[in-house]
Amino acid sequence: MADDEQPTQPIAGPSTVLYCQGTRATLVGGFTVLTDPFCFLRHARCTTLFSAVCSLPPEYCEFGSHLSKCKAWLEDAYPGLYQEYYSEEALASKVGTLSLDKQAKLEADVAKAEAKAEARAANEEKKKAASKVIIKRIERQKRKYVTSIAGLETFGVDLKKASKALAQRFATSAAVSKTPAGGEEIVVAGDVADDLLELIEDASEGKGNKTSAMFKDVPPDACEIVEEKKKKGGAGAGGE
Amino acid sequence: MFKKFSPSTDIAGQSALKSSVQRSIRAQLLETLSIDAETLEQIWPKKENLIQVKCREHITIFTLHGVPLFFQHFDDKIMPSLRLVHKYPSMLPHVKIDRGAIRYLFAGAHMMCPGFTSAGGALPPADAALPAGTVVAVHCEGKEHAAAVGILKLSTEDIKKVNKGVGVEIATHLGDDFWNVQKI
Ligand SMILES: [Zn+2]
Repeated sequence: MADDEQPTQPIAGPSTVLYCQGTRATLVGGFTVLTDPFCFLRHARCTTLFSAVCSLPPEYCEFGSHLSKCKAWLEDAYPGLYQEYYSEEALASKVGTLSLDKQAKLEADVAKAEAKAEARAANEEKKKAASKVIIKRIERQKRKYVTSIAGLETFGVDLKKASKALAQRFATSAAVSKTPAGGEEIVVAGDVADDLLELIEDASEGKGNKTSAMFKDVPPDACEIVEEKKKKGGAGAGGE
Repeated sequence: MFKKFSPSTDIAGQSALKSSVQRSIRAQLLETLSIDAETLEQIWPKKENLIQVKCREHITIFTLHGVPLFFQHFDDKIMPSLRLVHKYPSMLPHVKIDRGAIRYLFAGAHMMCPGFTSAGGALPPADAALPAGTVVAVHCEGKEHAAAVGILKLSTEDIKKVNKGVGVEIATHLGDDFWNVQKI
């Protein structure tokens, strides 16, 4: 169907390509927050957020895992293309050289993947509702503190950018580090736990500047400040 | 190559390239890609600087205004991003897999020879054969757009002859973590 041979003359300009928006995204405070939890591809702007737009060329949606959403979008936005891809004849010819049972298997697999993705999304949604942001005040030496913030990624915060912004905001240093549990947290030098909570509270009320905008989707109720005193023999405090 | 790739954790640093390096990249691109200088100028105007984004596992991504245009593994050939290939479909030679292979491609597998030699697949004819090591766009039976960019593991004639094992090593495919990075 597609022409395989290279065109002989040089191309005049870039061709425009349509990408699927079967699941829609909106840009909020620099992060793409997906309004639709039912997708499985992870989007760049919210790598730690579980969901993303389909973003494939629509002819490939059948290989993604939220085909029904993609189809609904395409039918609405580009009815002509919808006919081209999903009309009876299109479906019949699409099978191409694939045997019928293989096609049936493919469709069954897609349906399964879609169901799985939905279950996963629902699960993540639940997890998100239950998840917490832990702000930990850690005493490193007598009256020397670092503050770790774990769990921000669940709420669409780009850790690397956020740590940079926090370092600037509090005129200190900050870094993203791995937690023993395998996750990631931001570690800020100095005791900024209370300031941080304030910043998150401001952000959720829409106050503040660019730094707080990053945290606008973090519900203050999910935040908790924890103290970690210096212990003899240190029981593996975060980051070291 | 881009399995479990996440810009927030896998990027080591970004830097502007020296103009001498930019020149050599430009020359290299004109050599590997079937585009003329004018087209390259459309993609990457001479007065603009490409940014080098160093990532884990020796992957380098080259961006322009944050948009990934090219990438490179070690000092292998520089390859165009799939989105760029969509914009300029003839910048790479095409090979085609049959419909049965598409799902494996989406699952991140390298493409096996039989996928190209079966009825639904396609390779260039003998007089336009491509040597091993060529960067190719992987197209799919019944689809218009390329689904992956990869490197020929065998020459196209050898793929036809040997007809087993990996024919094309996939560097990036639709829906992988590089595809999803629209801006860095
Ligand atoms: Zn789609």
